[in-house]
Amino acid sequence: MAKVLVVTSGKGGVGKTTSTAALGASLAQGGQKVVVVDFDVGLRNLDLVMGAERRVVFDLINVVQGVAKLSQALIRDKRLENLWLLPASQTRDKDALTDEGVGSIIADLRTRFDWIICDSPAGIERGATLAMRYADEAVIVTNPEVSSVRDSDRIIGMLDSKTVKAEKGEPVKKHVLITRYDTARAARGEMLTIEDILEILATPLLGIIPESQDVLRASNVGSPVTLNNAASAPARAYHDAARRLMGETVKMLVPTERKGLMDRLLGRRAA
Amino acid sequence: MEARAEPTRQLVRLRGRSYVAFVFCPVVPIVGWLEEIDETLARSPGFFVGKPVVLDLSALDLSQSAIAHLVTSLETRNIRILGIEGVDAAHVTTSMPPLLTGGRNCVVQQNKPQKPEAKPKPTSLLLESPVRSGQSIIFADGDVTVLGSVSSGAEICAGGSIHIYGTLRGRAMAGVNGNPAARIYCQRIEAELLAIDGYYQTAEQIDPSVRDRPAQAWLEGDVMKITPLS
Repeated sequence: MAKVLVVTSGKGGVGKTTSTAALGASLAQGGQKVVVVDFDVGLRNLDLVMGAERRVVFDLINVVQGVAKLSQALIRDKRLENLWLLPASQTRDKDALTDEGVGSIIADLRTRFDWIICDSPAGIERGATLAMRYADEAVIVTNPEVSSVRDSDRIIGMLDSKTVKAEKGEPVKKHVLITRYDTARAARGEMLTIEDILEILATPLLGIIPESQDVLRASNVGSPVTLNNAASAPARAYHDAARRLMGETVKMLVPTERKGLMDRLLGRRAA
Repeated sequence: MEARAEPTRQLVRLRGRSYVAFVFCPVVPIVGWLEEIDETLARSPGFFVGKPVVLDLSALDLSQSAIAHLVTSLETRNIRILGIEGVDAAHVTTSMPPLLTGGRNCVVQQNKPQKPEAKPKPTSLLLESPVRSGQSIIFADGDVTVLGSVSSGAEICAGGSIHIYGTLRGRAMAGVNGNPAARIYCQRIEAELLAIDGYYQTAEQIDPSVRDRPAQAWLEGDVMKITPLS
């Protein structure tokens, strides 16, 4: 049974595209047939993170308008044969998306893939609502700070009202993915705690991704972080999260700083 | 040569139908009777408007001019006479309502307008999931109960009281239809705004000693009191 997963947040810049690519790559490495779909029409980034920006010929809008077939627009990843990308258009904007067009594309993708991961744009307007419209499950990406949490709460409310599943009365399965978790600030108590976030959002936790330079390095070379450096802390956290999406029970590890010997000896900064 | 179309002849069909009309039986003295009519009209002004009224003059012996005068005086009172009975045909001119014969007595039934069966209106609203940011719950008919928290940026408007089995982080407005006895109850109070019957308090004005504990807000006069629920 194909599953449509929307990665959304409300707030911009929290890590939706990074998480879409990382989770997609991790699931594909696990043997699933995965397509990642970029819904951020006009400001597309998923093709950059996937390293496919020089191979984009046709995009989502072309398929919606019937200019191209779906098979012409899908781009296979060079590293993982189970992983495909459906990019967004850079020259158009979200008004070019239509409900029926998106619906028929999703229905078509359901016949070809096990996982359809929709990378939602930020905001609550047409692009975001269309990305979530046909979703079975949702990953709500949240940074541990107050504006991100409030925006995520808004998006959770919309997942319960603007999706096809919600209109039929069935719940969309929701998960919270905490990203950019800064272990140093958490240790100093300068960040919203995990418990606070979960208490406000009242949604199960999928994973905690630590803040890391590896994420930026991976997107600069055009690779999902789980492929670029699988041993890094964020990659391991994303792999755990993907396993939880598959239904496995994986112990939740709260990221902590691992200090090497030199860090311990020379850790204190001069005031 | 011109062809002239002959108009097809329409047949005029006469049918009979019977109607029920009110019958006025004026009595002597007519002036007194007219005064009684006036009193009835004063009590229920539109009662005779649009209703067919027949004048039964069999108890009186009126001349033609008297009948005409009676008809006009009733018409000034907005009572239109459908017909006259109980007089000689000679007394009724063509300018007066026609002479009626052969009336039968019947009981005039007053149809009471049927009240549509009212379904009992719900007086309380139960929400089993948390109220998310941006959602607005408006229920003017009674109490609202939420089994969960109310997020920042959400609002609840109730005609009655508001009961929140969770943390209130948004706005709660109780007693919106003028019910100063309404109260707001919650398990943790971190509200942005509380209002009862129009009197409101913002988050800044809420005493820190009441925070993070079960609390209730109620109106004493025009002052909102927030007290912990032990």
